[in-house]
Amino acid sequence: MAKVLQKANSFYDIYERKSGMNKDITHYCPGCGHGVLHKLIAEAIDDFDIRDRTILISPVGCSVFAYYYFRVGNIQAAHGRAPAVATGIKRAMPHSIVISYQGDGDLAAIGGNNIMQAANRGEKITVFFVNNAIYGMTGGQMAPTTIVGQKTTTSPYGRKPENEGYPVRMCELISTLEAPLYVERVALGDPRHTNKVRRAVRRGLKNQIENKGFSFVEVLSVCPSGWKMTSEQAKDWLQEEMVKYFPLGVYKDESSKVETTEAKPHVFTIDNINENLSIPTRESASDKVEKKPQQQYRNPKLIIAGFGGQGVLMLGLGLAQAGMEAGYQVSWIPSYGPEMRGGTANCHVNLSTERIGSPTVSQPSLLIAMNAPSLDKFEKQVVKNGMILYNTSLIDKKPERSDIESVGIPATEIADELGNTRVANMVVLGAYIGLTGILDKKTLFQALPKFIKRNAMIPLNEKAIERGIEFVQK
Amino acid sequence: MAKQLIKGNEAVVKGAILAGCRFFFGYPITPASEIAEAAAFYMPRVGGTFLQAESEVASINMVYGAASGGVRVMTASSSPGISLKLEGISYCAGSELPMVLVDIMRGGPGLGNIAPAQADYNQIVKGGGHGNYKMPVLAPNSAQEMCDLTMQAFELADQYLNPAVVLADGFIGQMMEPVEFPRAVEKIPDKDWAIHTDLKDESRLISSIDLEPEMLEKHNLKLQKKYREIEANHVQYEDYKIDDAKIILIGYGVVSRVLYSAVDSLRQDGIKAGLIRPVSLWPFPKQHIADLALKSDAFLVVELSNGQMVDDVRLAINGVRPVHFYNRMGGMIPSPEEICQQVKKL
Ligand SMILES: Cc1ncc(C[n+]2csc(CCOP(=O)(O)OP(=O)(O)O)c2C)c(N)n1
Ligand code: SF4
Repeated sequence: MAKVLQKANSFYDIYERKSGMNKDITHYCPGCGHGVLHKLIAEAIDDFDIRDRTILISPVGCSVFAYYYFRVGNIQAAHGRAPAVATGIKRAMPHSIVISYQGDGDLAAIGGNNIMQAANRGEKITVFFVNNAIYGMTGGQMAPTTIVGQKTTTSPYGRKPENEGYPVRMCELISTLEAPLYVERVALGDPRHTNKVRRAVRRGLKNQIENKGFSFVEVLSVCPSGWKMTSEQAKDWLQEEMVKYFPLGVYKDESSKVETTEAKPHVFTIDNINENLSIPTRESASDKVEKKPQQQYRNPKLIIAGFGGQGVLMLGLGLAQAGMEAGYQVSWIPSYGPEMRGGTANCHVNLSTERIGSPTVSQPSLLIAMNAPSLDKFEKQVVKNGMILYNTSLIDKKPERSDIESVGIPATEIADELGNTRVANMVVLGAYIGLTGILDKKTLFQALPKFIKRNAMIPLNEKAIERGIEFVQK
Repeated sequence: MAKQLIKGNEAVVKGAILAGCRFFFGYPITPASEIAEAAAFYMPRVGGTFLQAESEVASINMVYGAASGGVRVMTASSSPGISLKLEGISYCAGSELPMVLVDIMRGGPGLGNIAPAQADYNQIVKGGGHGNYKMPVLAPNSAQEMCDLTMQAFELADQYLNPAVVLADGFIGQMMEPVEFPRAVEKIPDKDWAIHTDLKDESRLISSIDLEPEMLEKHNLKLQKKYREIEANHVQYEDYKIDDAKIILIGYGVVSRVLYSAVDSLRQDGIKAGLIRPVSLWPFPKQHIADLALKSDAFLVVELSNGQMVDDVRLAINGVRPVHFYNRMGGMIPSPEEICQQVKKL
């Protein structure tokens, strides 16, 4: 019996963090349910001997100051976000015991999605949900759990379903989900009820100690101040009105079906880090550019365009990859997002022996047009004395400009001859290096595996490049 | 080490992991999604955790939770998602939690579009969230810097117990360039303030609330002192052909890349142009700009916004030289030729 009178060890002896005088009593109103629940939790922490690894998340609400009292690791969370904060710390410290302590406004209104999602992920945390049918902290406004007809400062005529809907039953909602392990609603009140709360608190914590899963304990609680009642009236109202709408009981309990395991702390390591990050450690790129193409082909700025599926992004990528390995500065930038879904695609590529300024190309020195709309769209932008390579298989007219060099390549036909329309892009790439000497074939072949994911496709791509080179050198 | 051709967004994740980050909480949004995707791919391979949260609001609060435990942790998003994270960012700043946030800016306001923009300058650099807080804001202009500045952001965050931001635009995120990755950080700093599971120190508390005005003012004064220290020590900028420049261009991110080209071509036409590129947007290189003001004739600030950074330039120059402004918005990006025309019109 003596133990009952003693303050739990998981409470501070003196509440130093509390402002003002009276550092030996809590800030809760007389008769408030929060204090009773705190005590039951603190005693459970003591009895399970988990104080040194317990982390309590205080919500926004009257229990925002739970950290005044609990001698554990404490985190204070934004309104409604305790389950997300709990998720973060539990993932970072899987061996800790994380408690998300929340009121009904916090959990069922502003944080409604956060609690459902944490429950649905089966986060291995314990949630204590204090349902007092009102916003206590802010002075008695309506909560999502306010009973139909109940008067609050923001439902002065009583809660009306046609305006505010019905009270939210969280246990019922959460127990429809697959992942939660244990869901129970209990109520504070007489010793018999309080005993049930004590048991539920312990079950919720034990599940986490055994690393089993998500536990949710809803505690119907009184708020005499918010309800504008005496403590006695409040107790009666809870039993008579609240319990009617929020039936008590176990809504889900799978704890006996799940094995106890041990949660291992996160261990920081950098073993094999480069390999795991696919960072090349061997030098493959040279720093000096060996090739010296003719003046007009140096430091090209390219726009490569076509319709989706023609591999224009890959063409640019191949050029940039091989260019980098040949020692050029390179950049590649795609048109991205819905623009690509419309069926057209283009990318801008720079290869340069000098630092690349603007990665976007407004005045290309080279346009590769894989289809007619691309030629129409970009021909005007090509610089004087620039070059256009175009796919004559799909474009049946010639570029109109006479101040540029233009070369037509039946890329799609050649690709079809090789048995795969999709390598038309590599035929053009071959034609480009064959014409300009910007890269040699060997470098390009060496780079192929970096941008072509399927190894089996490499010989075909090589052949397409060769056919492109042959075509322009004939 | 060898170079790798890689998207800026992916370089962020590799840089973060090399910096010792093992926790990523995100939510998809173009043009930042590759960051979440790369984190989902690489984090499990290095013993880390990736979690796709239910929203940006949830992800920043998961970051808040994980940071409380003393690990290196990050999140990334693009403009609308950043708006949602601001409450949580303010909590991190108020609670003095180190974390790294990456914003790949897109066109706004509202849903806007996914094209590159720089319209989040005010929301990130000037606070955005509530309360008197500041965050180091680093603005990369290449894939290499996406890696390097992300790594640096983790160092700054831990050194000052503060959120740090990498602020880039859609182009810098989507562009592929060669990156040379540095060596991995072998040990992250000890965090004796963090929530631990052996409660030797019973005062471990992560919180931003203080009901006593005197105490909260004291806390604010402490934060301001920290911000002054960051201002004194972490201004970063890059000068380009500035020595004899008479007309000085100022831009960050992808704009600065366009400005390199513009400066070169203006000089070919005999105009003595130069460029200051702020790398740290906060602390802003205001002294440097003020120093150069006296040696030059005029400034042209170029932004992909309605004119946000230009206010900081005007404050720095304080009226001693004219400050002109040129902008594109909604995802448009100026060409070097366009900039040259603007300069010639001055
Ligand atoms: C974003 C945000 N919105 C609103 C508030 C104001 N606020 C503080 S407590 C509270 C309601 C808390 O009610 P409940 O969760 O039921 O807890 P109780 O006080 O009844 O224990 C509100 C709305 C806030 N702090 N933050
Ligand atoms: S307002 Fe209500 S919930 Fe808050 S402390 Fe008082 S009785 Fe408790």
